[in-house]
Amino acid sequence: METEQQVLGNPTGVETIEVSGSVALLEALITEGTDVIFGYPGGAIMPIYDALYDYKEKLNHILVRHEQGGIHAGQGFARTSGKVGVVFATSGPGATNLVTGLADAMIDSTPLVCITGQVFAHLLGTDAFQETDVINITTPVTKWNYQITDATEIPEVISKAFYIARSGRPGPVLIDITKNAQIQKFDYSGYTPCNHIRSYRPKPLIRKEYITQAAELINQAKKPFIIWGQGVILGEAELEFKAFVEKSGIPSAWTILGAGAIPTDHPLNVGMLGMHGNYGPNVLTNECDVLIAIGMRFDDRVTGRLDKYAKQAKVIHLDIDPSEIDKNVQTTVPVWGDCKETIPALTELIQQKEHTEWLQKFRDFDKKEIEAVIHNELHPASGELTMGEVIHQLNELTKGEAVIVTDVGQHQMVACRYAKLNNTRSNVTSGGLGTMGFALPAAIGAKFGAPNRTVVAVIGDGGFQMTIQELGTIMQSGIDVKILILNNRFLGMVRQWQELFNEHRYSFVDIASPDFVAVAAAYGIKGRSISEREDITTALQEMLNNKGSFLLEVMVTKENNVFPMVPQGCSVSEIRLK
Amino acid sequence: MSNQNDTEKPSGKQEYNITVYTENQIGLLNRIAIIFTRRKINIHSLNTSPSEIESIHRFNIVVQETEDVVRKLSRQIEKQVEVLKVYFNTNEDVIWQELALYKVPTDIIAEKASVERLLRENGARAVVIRKDYTVFETTGHREETDALIKILQPFGLIEFVRSARVAIIKHSDGFNRKLREFEKAEPGEEVAENEYLNNGQKIFTM
Repeated sequence: METEQQVLGNPTGVETIEVSGSVALLEALITEGTDVIFGYPGGAIMPIYDALYDYKEKLNHILVRHEQGGIHAGQGFARTSGKVGVVFATSGPGATNLVTGLADAMIDSTPLVCITGQVFAHLLGTDAFQETDVINITTPVTKWNYQITDATEIPEVISKAFYIARSGRPGPVLIDITKNAQIQKFDYSGYTPCNHIRSYRPKPLIRKEYITQAAELINQAKKPFIIWGQGVILGEAELEFKAFVEKSGIPSAWTILGAGAIPTDHPLNVGMLGMHGNYGPNVLTNECDVLIAIGMRFDDRVTGRLDKYAKQAKVIHLDIDPSEIDKNVQTTVPVWGDCKETIPALTELIQQKEHTEWLQKFRDFDKKEIEAVIHNELHPASGELTMGEVIHQLNELTKGEAVIVTDVGQHQMVACRYAKLNNTRSNVTSGGLGTMGFALPAAIGAKFGAPNRTVVAVIGDGGFQMTIQELGTIMQSGIDVKILILNNRFLGMVRQWQELFNEHRYSFVDIASPDFVAVAAAYGIKGRSISEREDITTALQEMLNNKGSFLLEVMVTKENNVFPMVPQGCSVSEIRLK
Repeated sequence: MSNQNDTEKPSGKQEYNITVYTENQIGLLNRIAIIFTRRKINIHSLNTSPSEIESIHRFNIVVQETEDVVRKLSRQIEKQVEVLKVYFNTNEDVIWQELALYKVPTDIIAEKASVERLLRENGARAVVIRKDYTVFETTGHREETDALIKILQPFGLIEFVRSARVAIIKHSDGFNRKLREFEKAEPGEEVAENEYLNNGQKIFTM
């Protein structure tokens, strides 16, 4: 195999140049279209950084303040750009600091290639300085990982890494390169991107019979319901999906990672699914007759209690990953394949329809939700500020054009519920893993991935303090990120659960914060803190108009709860409005 | 490995033989093993060895689980980049064997036992005969290899070892043809993918 590959990479079969493993790596990154690397140097990756010194013009390396920040930035970059995020870290602690980000990228299917330095090959297994068994530590949280101990392996392994990270269901790949391989010179014959690995089938074969069966079910359905996830975005099938929704006339709801695949105000977009999703989509999941799940994986936060989830419905599941079919919800028709191909095939076979009465049911539930929850959240007449009204005002000013990056907790649920998104790749959040500290570094990466768009990081006072050091990355790189801290002086989501389920026993959720505006100022970032309703619009406007990064802290009411809510262990139709 | 009593079978659970064809890759054993350990599932028996095709390895994994769990496990295994194919089968669907070696003191066994009859009745053979000890070998199902332990125990059984299970799938056409399809960038329809609905009762394929 190897000799074959080399011949392919070098058709003339003669021209080779002697380069180091490090140079071969950087050449590979350039050929793969990498333009930004988030990283942090250290002993075992020094040869690569030495080579990088001569590649400053071609590869923009962003020095982060912590490797976790580096990998979250890589994730943010991948999520807004659709490209593979590239991250560098050194061995030992540098590599172990990537683990949270790898787990996050794994569960949210984010394409990454992480390069870690490793001690010299002859020191492996000797407990050498900064040696950890990175391959085994990261095996459960990577789509693929590989240790390179010989420089000649670099071109082929890096090409496989990019191919695996971006193809099929994307995911993180980690390549561990021992220091000797980084230094070693070898006869380099060019770089050939990989497009086939015999043991790896990124796209399952599409079977027409399932498409036909699915179309028949949809055509017969009286109360069909579409639920979509990030698969639509990862498959770059937004237009195909919109055409499908519009032809079928079927009400459609999203998981938080799917948000934005079709615009928030699309007439058939009926809102968000799950624990803090909208009222109608949750209740009516248990009333629909055909449930069409597209590029989503029936996470427990979406399904609530599984044995009471959509039991009355026939389920059509479109997914590129065969292991997702029947994993949580039993499928009637499995449509395996790339949704970029399966959705149009399905659209062709379905009848043009309108489900006016059925759609009205969703709208009736909306009315109840607006009355009981949304109105008070978005338009409170008096009292302290709510998170919802801040997001609402932000929508008014950005007109739904901004990229919204969120951290984890109450503000995340509020932002996902209320943010207006006109475009795809506009909602960057840690969905599956729920990683606090994600937003600030992810927003940095998101801006590199979408340099022409406004990036607003909505963060809680708790999560912000987990990766607050990345303000240094903002300062040094000069990147323009708008930081909106919704400060309720609590670890709000845990507090909410303690209030509702632990009889108000507030156990270690009362969190003190420094003066965030002063902290930002110390990093040369302008900032402002507000707590009055009349300041919201002007302060947000000031943040958005500011040239460069800006930190706006909004002091919101301390003990507000996010509703609706499907309590844990309850069915989606038992969703509570208060 | 398990020391769980095989007769304790919680409802719905039975022995499944999972056959995995893989590339020969360092770290892959761990990648496959953690799919079980993450779900706190015990691997009862594990054999890995080169297959009939050069560079392709074959795993035989035995677990005691429900069909639903085994199907999910198999899909997770097949999802690994370096895994080519996974099949799972009940004991009825496979021909399986385990190999066992028994070391006994030569003097006692020669003096007290009718060696010839003992070997014949148990389908065993002598691998090594030395002055101080003799090694017998037998292959068979668990009960058969267990039976010989009981027989040899009174004759001062010194040491015993049993291999993992190896199993041949009754319905299988082998792997050569499939591998040729895998090597193509665009595999043909014959590569059994996405057809579990039609074929679910027979051999699990994806």
